[in-house]
Amino acid sequence: MGKPAVNGENGVRTATVSVRQGSESRAFAGAWAGNYAPAPETVKISIRPRYELFVAGKWSAPKGGGEKYFPTINPANENTLAEIAQGTERDVDGAVKAARTALPKWSALKPVERAKYLFRIARRIQERARELAVLETLDSGKPIKESRDVDVPLVAAHFFYHAGWADKLAYAFAGKTPKPVGVCGQIIPWNFPLLMAAWKIAPALACGNTVVLKPAETTPLTALRLAEILEEVELPPGVVNIVTGDGRTGAALVAHPEVDKIAFTGSTDVGKRIARASAAAGKKLTLELGGKSPHIIFEDASLDQAVEGIVSGIYFNQGEVCCAGSRLFVQESILDLVVRKLEIRMASLRVGDPMDKNTDVGAVNSRQQLETVKKYLRLGREEGARLRVPGSTHGGSASADGEALDPTMGMPEKGFWCRPCFFTGVQPSHTIAREEIFGPVLSVMSFRTPDEAILRANNTPYGLAAGVWTDKGSKIFDTAGKLKAGVIWCNTYNKFDPASPFGGYKESGFGREGGVQGLRAYVRL
Amino acid sequence: MISSPSVDAVMAAERAAAFTKRSIKTSAKFAGLKLALSMLDLTTLEGKDSPEKARALCRKGVRPWERDEEVLGERLPGVAAICVYPAMVPACVEELGAGRVVRIASVATGFPSGQYPLEVRLEDTGRAVAAGADEIDMVISRGAFLAGRYDEVAEEIRETKRACRRGDGAFAHLKVILETGELETLDLVRKASDLAIRAMADVDREAGIGGIGTADFIKTSTGKVQPAATMPVTLVMLEAIRDWYLETGRVVGMKPAGGIRAAKQSLHYLVMVKETMNLGIPGFEHVGGNPWLTPEYFRFGASALCNDLLRQIAWLKSGKYQAGYDFSEA
Repeated sequence: MGKPAVNGENGVRTATVSVRQGSESRAFAGAWAGNYAPAPETVKISIRPRYELFVAGKWSAPKGGGEKYFPTINPANENTLAEIAQGTERDVDGAVKAARTALPKWSALKPVERAKYLFRIARRIQERARELAVLETLDSGKPIKESRDVDVPLVAAHFFYHAGWADKLAYAFAGKTPKPVGVCGQIIPWNFPLLMAAWKIAPALACGNTVVLKPAETTPLTALRLAEILEEVELPPGVVNIVTGDGRTGAALVAHPEVDKIAFTGSTDVGKRIARASAAAGKKLTLELGGKSPHIIFEDASLDQAVEGIVSGIYFNQGEVCCAGSRLFVQESILDLVVRKLEIRMASLRVGDPMDKNTDVGAVNSRQQLETVKKYLRLGREEGARLRVPGSTHGGSASADGEALDPTMGMPEKGFWCRPCFFTGVQPSHTIAREEIFGPVLSVMSFRTPDEAILRANNTPYGLAAGVWTDKGSKIFDTAGKLKAGVIWCNTYNKFDPASPFGGYKESGFGREGGVQGLRAYVRL
Repeated sequence: MISSPSVDAVMAAERAAAFTKRSIKTSAKFAGLKLALSMLDLTTLEGKDSPEKARALCRKGVRPWERDEEVLGERLPGVAAICVYPAMVPACVEELGAGRVVRIASVATGFPSGQYPLEVRLEDTGRAVAAGADEIDMVISRGAFLAGRYDEVAEEIRETKRACRRGDGAFAHLKVILETGELETLDLVRKASDLAIRAMADVDREAGIGGIGTADFIKTSTGKVQPAATMPVTLVMLEAIRDWYLETGRVVGMKPAGGIRAAKQSLHYLVMVKETMNLGIPGFEHVGGNPWLTPEYFRFGASALCNDLLRQIAWLKSGKYQAGYDFSEA
């Protein structure tokens, strides 16, 4: 490499003299054209070597069972972060009993006092925001930029919002007297670990319920850190219990006869099993499941902004978002232009170390999830779609016609990685157009008329979210009214607010979270 | 009449804000600060300007900080151009000389309002070029534009560009100031950008100039109207330039001007340029295929920015902030 470098230097110098006469603008402009210098998040946080279960306000070791602890790893380098307790049936039983014991006093507490606890939690989350963001990024692989600017602020916002409701429930349900449901079993996913805990816990507590929370197996650390915050604010013991573990722990919680309500966010497969298990038991149930959300771009849309929407719709959180805009429908007249603009935009996405403040796309959450993504990448190509991986520079990445070889290659040896990519030439019958991939993989399709766009957008077993881009107001309302989805974003995508209800139709689940509608699942009228 | 794509103001503002979240440290910061310095159109546009001040500005432009080698151990780049009123052009020519590296940009066409008959504006332009200006910063007739007389505005730009032609047949580079603060909406910013880009290209075509074009610019503001340059406005103008390249293969320059005073702001703009204009253009491989990462195609119209860049450069290298008086005012 020595000799070419010397030649390169000479080349630069010669060019510099001819263009700028003595100034070295080209050299530092070239430096700027490369990658930004590393900007690692430097906040140091402490993680205990081992975490027990948080039951009745105490940390306790799991009871009985075989393997008692399992590791949780950093998906960006596969290092073990901590040992996590594998909650057993007996542990779930203990947690449910603790929640049952705490229920009468908690539900009888003056609502304004319940509100004070929620406000305290919210404020403490804000005070410890950077620590929570770092921990979330370490455990989940999501970029620090997102955990810092999206996840944690929304977590605090959810507690603040529901603190406000606690003593105003009579106004939420006019003419009724809302009563707590009782003990709520809540099972949350790994894509927004702390945020989903907040979505579940905040409304439950505001309405006077007690909680047993089961965090996802791969991302339990922030929920456990939240338990520390609950200790700090002196939330009465047993009001929130956190039982870590794998699917068996969750199944025990669903099966427990003393649980009055189950709230689950996760895959449609597991959701269906939970619906079956809880059907005969008289439990209240809300499910927030998968999606294959359509994103429709009309030719009169503001295209450069629509491209931003497409990017945030599918590449936010590595595409591990249940409402990701994973099916893109572009009006045929602008298809080539949108694809070109998308490629240019995606070439500036920075994929890599989630702890670098300039990283846009971090690590896939687990090996298992990476295998799922790889399966769909393979299926997409086998079924005849064309894969594109813009901006990828790994060895021989693109063939002559621009088709990339493998978005999971050319990344660090350790960790789970997939570059943002998309398929063109996708047919509605292709697997990648029908099934949820839950990764940074977009399926690009085209349409000619508004009716065709709506027909194809609704042609899915899911109904969680949808996006519409057009500059024409009447078209916005017409299209949004005909789309069958719980959330429809117009000229934007992936916007969340605690005041706005979130939830799906069809196989995307039922029940809403957030807003006044979200309270409904946590009260008896 | 041209039809321009619409711009969604909410998402454009969101995208523009995202660039300010980039964390620019160490080597990237140093390179960026020097790049911004080299892209400066160091400007004085005041009624009280004197030939002496213009000459001082020229010296500052050539050697922004005379203690650079002593403190930094290296020579900093000069700025791209000195931007003055036509009356100051002769003093600049005298100071910078014939083989100048730092160019002379003159505002013209009845700057800043443009509220003069076209003949007067063209005469203004021709005289500035004859006096030796390398670049002409013109203003559009915002009145005509806002009234929807687009053809009239386009024709004025074409006439002005023709007036930029020197005796030897070469053109002084033209920068068309849209005065975006008076256009108000991003839709109109986009429309005015498209109009100006096309009008300038018409004259290139007349003159038989092919390839990537003659490095003409579109520019946000005179600096005399608030708001001047903003990031959303600059983003929309860059998008117009980008679309023009995708359509025709021609490269038009961009100059945000007014309101960019802090070094940090200039880095935000450079992040925007880097991440918006990464088009992989052949011949610009040394800057990642992005011509707008060179002073030939991107400028900052500013004055106070210069010394803040120097302050930050000195801090980065020495760990100490220099006192304000360590840098000359002009």
